[in-house]
Amino acid sequence: MTTQKVTGSQAVILSLLEEGVDTIFGYPGGAIMPIYDALYDHDKNVKHILTRHEQGAVHAAEGYARVTGKAGICFATSGPGATNLITGIADAMIDSTPLVCITGQVASPLLGTDAFQESDVISISMPVTKWNYQITHPEEIPEVIAQAFYIAQSGRPGPVLIDITKDAQVSELDFEYKKCTKIRSYVPEMPVDPFKIKEAAEIIDNAKRPMILFGQGVLIGNAEEELKAFVEKTGIPAAWTLLGLSALPSDHPLNVGMLGMHGNYGPNLLTNEADVIIAVGMRFDDRVTGKVSVYAPEAKIIHLEIDPAEIDKIKKATVPVLGNSKKSLKMLTDNVKENSHTEWLNRFHECYEIENQKIIHNELFPEKPGLTMGEVIRITGDKTNHEAILVSDVGQHQMIASRYFKFRKSKSNVTSGGLGTMGFALPASMGAQLGQPDRTVIAVIGDGGFQMTIQELGTIAQNKLPVKIIVLNNHFLGMVRQWQQLFFEKRYSFTELQNPDFITIAKGFGITGHRVDVREGLEDGIQKMIDHPGPYLLEVTIEKEDNVFPMVPTGASVSDVMLEP
Amino acid sequence: MKQEYIITIFSENHIGLLTRITIVFTRRKVNIESLTVSESALPGVFKFTIVIKSSKEQTQKIVSQIEKQIDVLKAFYHTNDEMVYQEIALYKVPIEALYESDSVEKMVRNAGARILEITREYVVIEKTGHKEETQALFEELNKFRVLQFIRSGRVAITREPFERLSEFLKERDAFLNALD
Repeated sequence: MTTQKVTGSQAVILSLLEEGVDTIFGYPGGAIMPIYDALYDHDKNVKHILTRHEQGAVHAAEGYARVTGKAGICFATSGPGATNLITGIADAMIDSTPLVCITGQVASPLLGTDAFQESDVISISMPVTKWNYQITHPEEIPEVIAQAFYIAQSGRPGPVLIDITKDAQVSELDFEYKKCTKIRSYVPEMPVDPFKIKEAAEIIDNAKRPMILFGQGVLIGNAEEELKAFVEKTGIPAAWTLLGLSALPSDHPLNVGMLGMHGNYGPNLLTNEADVIIAVGMRFDDRVTGKVSVYAPEAKIIHLEIDPAEIDKIKKATVPVLGNSKKSLKMLTDNVKENSHTEWLNRFHECYEIENQKIIHNELFPEKPGLTMGEVIRITGDKTNHEAILVSDVGQHQMIASRYFKFRKSKSNVTSGGLGTMGFALPASMGAQLGQPDRTVIAVIGDGGFQMTIQELGTIAQNKLPVKIIVLNNHFLGMVRQWQQLFFEKRYSFTELQNPDFITIAKGFGITGHRVDVREGLEDGIQKMIDHPGPYLLEVTIEKEDNVFPMVPTGASVSDVMLEP
Repeated sequence: MKQEYIITIFSENHIGLLTRITIVFTRRKVNIESLTVSESALPGVFKFTIVIKSSKEQTQKIVSQIEKQIDVLKAFYHTNDEMVYQEIALYKVPIEALYESDSVEKMVRNAGARILEITREYVVIEKTGHKEETQALFEELNKFRVLQFIRSGRVAITREPFERLSEFLKERDAFLNALD
């Protein structure tokens, strides 16, 4: 390949094009202006989405990454531009989402002088990035960007931040691009150890009450088919973490539902009866385990995991199986005997019946006058044939949406799991829509979270992104209110919201909207939203003090899962 | 049970890596008792020696989190018994202490310390040893008023016959090549 003389800024754009980038989310400002100037010449090759806030850009990049598996890209300027990215980067870090964030920085002679819009974004972002690097010489640009993509997208993915001083953006270099395939200090994944597979297979073959717990590792590893084959050959009931949702179709006979604090009754209760747990690409988050010292006390743990630091971090593994789940699941399937666990599976069905009677039926087909979140989710799921991408925010509606939306297709659930970032869904839905332009994207958001990033309605309108936004409005910060009701004697300390007229606000941004207050208008309202060709806001007034159940209270055992207050 | 562990880290020489490593301790509220960083025998490869007081379980988790950092080549942990380790201490004592009696000379001799510099005002004494030993000499010398005292971080070496870093790097290279 021949080299060409270009500026640092041009090198940034050329490097991104070499990596196949088609979409960038960002916000310009002083220290990144040369890069934006270089971008101006490439508007045919790459789409830039100007968000209304840098937090919007980074969440949009996350949404894009989660539905495509490719790194999401965002640009921000130095100082406040860079610090505004931090929440999204932290979110991506804990949810293993690949991002390449490029921030402008003051010119290198000004570093450390408290120059205008100077912030030490390298130090600030260090705890929340998989890797970061400051470029002060233009010659570093191609190599560092190549490393950034390799690191962000390989192994356990994560966010990478590249800070580029303004002088490095304007000086020239001889540009030559070579993709990074290896870094000597970095092992993205270990090869699967066949001895561990044999050991695991023997335990699985002899298990009486085994359970599979699958997480996002299955989706990241594109191991959905391998998971399905393993589940079907072994006949083992499989339950999902919040981020594992959609890796196995919701209606699969061995899919027994959701784990964790607001997960299904059976998977929580029966975890503590399981004699073998096969954990696939999940990390025993505290929202899944409840009190760890009394979690799955009977079980031998087989932990299929790409990140060695997750082994024994929370729950000691009887057999750790390091490596990519796509490979380890396939090897495990080849080594286990065909089996079924009918009686054990029936236990899950019995639990489901109890849960259905006490909770699910009333949530999905309520007879009381007030609307429930569950019925909105049920109808939306049905009317989109369970093939839409669901982007949810954080709180009660997130739990309800995850529990009841039901999925046929993989990589269809985008939510902020580990960090629980309110304000995530609206911008993330933009990224999801741009990543999968042919699919229906439904953003489900509470009235609290909606107002945290509501300005992105402007981005949606400007770019004509046909996302369908459902705001479930109970005029409360509902999840906090639920905890106040259950654990703080109904002392509703600062959780009630006086909301604006969301439909008028949407209209102001040029987005069509409609509010539903009564059940009679609900089906029709949802249908109109789905049929609408462009972006649409559907606000649904929800019963003010509804709660999400079942619930594993914090600090309690999963077997203490509550079906009612 | 908490005890002293020596964490040894081999890394690339990248700006900011020290912060990345110390963050792993800060986040878990584990205090660093001593920290030494310098270039290893292999040019470009840096070696960190960090001493903490912690449980074995916590230390293991810290080491895996450190090894997870992109620019870290390898991290280990050892108990004190498993390593040969030293610290160095410098003591500045007023020159009168030497004139007035022969005690200082005896202390230096008994402690296996040595005198680095003598001026009209003071004498600088150097001792290498474990913390208890350098501390004991401090207590002794302080009878004559130690003007200044400094102790280094710990350096440590395993009881294995070779530094296996270059072999490790060769193996790593072969391993990564085999992956693709």
